[in-house]
Amino acid sequence: MYSHGSESLIKQAREIQDSELQKFYSRLVKLLQGKELGYETVDSLQRLHLILSANKYIRTLPPELQKRLQSLLSSPAEPFQVLSSAVLRETLPPAAHSGNYSQENIVQLNSHAVALLLSQAGSRADVSSLCTQLLRGLESRQSEGPTNSLSHTLPILNTILTHNPGCLTEDHVTLLSKKLVDWLRYASILQGGGASSGGFFTGPRSRQPVPIAELDGTVSGDFFTVLCVGQSFTEDQWMNVFSFSALRHWLLTYHSVSNGNADTDDRSEVDGSVVSMVSVTSSCGRLLPPKERLREKSFQYCQRLIEQSDRKAHKKSDADLQKACLVEAVCILDCVCEEDASLVFRAFPCIKALFGRLSSDLSFARVLLPIAQFYLNHGEMAAVDCGSVWALVFGRFPSELFSDPFLAHELLRFLRLNLESLQLRVPQYTHSFPNLLKFLAWDSPAVVDDFVDLLPSLVTAGTAVELLHTLLDLPCLSATLVLQVRSTCLPISEQSGRGLLSLDAFRSPSFRGLFLFLLRGQAGSGDTIDRLSTLHELLVETADWPRVVQCAQIVPVLLHIFFNTVITVADEKLLAHLILVMLERSSLLLNIPKYNKEIHRVFSSHLLRLCKLHPSLVMDQSHELLEFSGATANVYSKEEIYTHVVWVLGEYLSVSCDSRCSVTLITSCFEALEAVLFEITSSVPPPGADCPAPRVVTTLMSALAKLASRSHDLIPRVSLFLSKLRTVTRDGSVAWCSDEEDLVAIVTRGEELWSLLKAPGVAQSVLTPPAHVTTPQWHRDTNVALPLRLRTLTNLTHSH
Amino acid sequence: MVRCFLIHTVCPVSALGSGESRMLYCRVFGPDESLFTDQEREFSPEERRVLQREQTAVVARQVRSAASFSRAAAGRLLMEALPGEEALALQEADSGVLRLRAGDPFTEEMSALWLGVQSLGFTLVCEPHENLLLAEGTLRTLTRHCLEHLHLLGPGSEVLLRSDRIDALLSRLLPHGQLLFLNHRFAHSLEKEVAAYMTK
Repeated sequence: MYSHGSESLIKQAREIQDSELQKFYSRLVKLLQGKELGYETVDSLQRLHLILSANKYIRTLPPELQKRLQSLLSSPAEPFQVLSSAVLRETLPPAAHSGNYSQENIVQLNSHAVALLLSQAGSRADVSSLCTQLLRGLESRQSEGPTNSLSHTLPILNTILTHNPGCLTEDHVTLLSKKLVDWLRYASILQGGGASSGGFFTGPRSRQPVPIAELDGTVSGDFFTVLCVGQSFTEDQWMNVFSFSALRHWLLTYHSVSNGNADTDDRSEVDGSVVSMVSVTSSCGRLLPPKERLREKSFQYCQRLIEQSDRKAHKKSDADLQKACLVEAVCILDCVCEEDASLVFRAFPCIKALFGRLSSDLSFARVLLPIAQFYLNHGEMAAVDCGSVWALVFGRFPSELFSDPFLAHELLRFLRLNLESLQLRVPQYTHSFPNLLKFLAWDSPAVVDDFVDLLPSLVTAGTAVELLHTLLDLPCLSATLVLQVRSTCLPISEQSGRGLLSLDAFRSPSFRGLFLFLLRGQAGSGDTIDRLSTLHELLVETADWPRVVQCAQIVPVLLHIFFNTVITVADEKLLAHLILVMLERSSLLLNIPKYNKEIHRVFSSHLLRLCKLHPSLVMDQSHELLEFSGATANVYSKEEIYTHVVWVLGEYLSVSCDSRCSVTLITSCFEALEAVLFEITSSVPPPGADCPAPRVVTTLMSALAKLASRSHDLIPRVSLFLSKLRTVTRDGSVAWCSDEEDLVAIVTRGEELWSLLKAPGVAQSVLTPPAHVTTPQWHRDTNVALPLRLRTLTNLTHSH
Repeated sequence: MVRCFLIHTVCPVSALGSGESRMLYCRVFGPDESLFTDQEREFSPEERRVLQREQTAVVARQVRSAASFSRAAAGRLLMEALPGEEALALQEADSGVLRLRAGDPFTEEMSALWLGVQSLGFTLVCEPHENLLLAEGTLRTLTRHCLEHLHLLGPGSEVLLRSDRIDALLSRLLPHGQLLFLNHRFAHSLEKEVAAYMTK
């Protein structure tokens, strides 16, 4: 498919020497001067295009060549139109360029030439005048003339409107609205111009105009739409297709323009029920203004499409088109109902019937999403119960269609766009995270961006703990979903080789409960399971599966978002519980390389942050924190967290942080930490473990010093240890520290603390500073404020 | 509206770094988006072109990454389809959609739909509110035509030298980036025109 040949072609095109290039240019000019332009010209133009497009930087063509190419744009042979347009797109536009956009003959240009003009437009003014020219052409068009020149007008206008809706005046909008109505509603219902394939045996009968047909072959009984077929098509039928294709964008763009018509809208909102009865007759009776008329015709078109989509199409491509038409029709109905609320009562029965027809068929899931949007936007007004819609969106779709990337994308987008509405109207939203996270567990790279936006809305005080557990076990969910998919694909008796143990476990009744918990749809049935470690063991072989690995990489990001959000909604009791969860789960994670370390890092930073915000949390969870810090094994297996736990104990276990802190507590904490410090500095690390990081040792020493400064009886014990340390390390190396520089740093810190503790009063103010020292507000202090003020005033006078 | 249609590699290319993608065809529709954003200064045509090239290169890289992940996760072996087996190649193709945040790389948020057929990726970047069912169908049709008319299942490098064929195809099926609701009769009519072009 992609070979060395292609690579070398590109290389050649990039590295062509200037002399060779000039020769090529002159050869091409000669060819273009000839009467007949043949295969060699085409070939040379194709090569020129490759040479120009192979480089990032733009080239300028010699003026003679540029001129020739410009005139080639209007060649009768299409390949030359295409090639010259493509080549000129890759070059700089000529200097006197803007004049092109106000020329009268834009309408005569073919599609490729206009594409060139559009891509080379240098300013908004250019684009606006192109727009005006096209519309002028549309207005003054006679009924004869080639289809091509008209059919590309709508797409071009549409693309301009994407960027610059303001380039159409009110008159333009009116003109186009009228045209669109004509093309949408009043296109011919006979098949195109008696154009049978001709042939010897066709007689006069075959030249009789035949009516158009529906997709299931029956003769069409109503106006022409994109779902009607015929042997060939008339020009206005083509315009019907182009109009419908551009319709939604048009309606969305001019939504705000139509709202300027204040009277109509106000009336329809106030007298909702009355107007709804009247509007049915008004569409047949008096002629509505153009924009309202377009709205009405769009409404009718969409209703017809919905009816037509129920027919059984003969071809698969048509069945797919029916689905796409359903999506478009519902979106357009939603759009027109936004503009004119009275249409809601007419639209709802149709939409409701459609929902009833499709809701049990998951292959129509992507059609049901726009229907859900309609219900969300207008359900309240129509007083319709939306429960079954949400059961699908938050229930069946995530749990059964998590592997459909397009559905995932659209559903998550739907959630993002309607977040506020959903939080208000759908009470089960915040409890549906186990289901929604399935999209993330299955294909994290594709949807992690969406979850970065959605996760904050899923963090509530009621579900925070369960959510934390779920996030930590996201890689397990990943593995489980893969197993679920494999389980349905592989027959039970087959030996699958790879992934055998976990698949067996998934299918075994004794472990069913574990997996079912992960696969649950709603939160609220329990924070996590007791046999979590069993689950992790069963899934140990999944640690190198691509989905699991990718999932593990994004969990830290989500945890950061979780913690950043939870501090805004949680009270201290919940935060204390979360600290507990962090400590517990630090040893209860699926064993994926680097996963544990990353999670520990996240935990450490947030533990610190939580305790800084609420120092009394340390007191609340003192028992668990002490137990954690007293276990020497934690120094080796959870170094990062251990260091931080010790640090927060040292920093915040004091009376000034929480009045409940007692001398007994400080002493017991001291003793626990002292024991660990003794152990790790007097023996070789256990087999398989590295030496404890210097930071652990120094943090322990600092913590002990801090605690001692609050309960002076403990000072002699610390001092004794620190002086012993100095003695032992004087000999040089020790079993518990491999690096000499690290050892020096540790000893230095020990000496600093030792000398500090010689003056207990000083030690206390340094190691347990009161609040006004740690959060200085110097401008309030009477002594310090004066120099500050003087300095500020001096600076101000100097700057002038 | 579709902002651009790209054909690029999704396999490793020796001349490039890992994760990089070689752009083989790139067609951006409509006026340049930088004309309409509030910039401090206006870009010159050269700068606009470089910017456009870099934006599309970013998209190609992201699609390459997504395609690699999709294939690794599926664990299937890549089957080399032979010329004549275009329909099979299309059926076996990986597909997906990426969200491109506003500013990264386009000014507005975009959705990038992609199809990975063996070593090539076919990507359609469109506005996020666009009808993605229609876009997906259009992308598949375009890919099928590209595979057939450019003989991509052979070793050929026609995608580089016959890019005008893709332009002609796009001018019928995706004129100026407009997705079209084409039933099989309309599609047949356009495909006849395309086939006529290819024989010229």
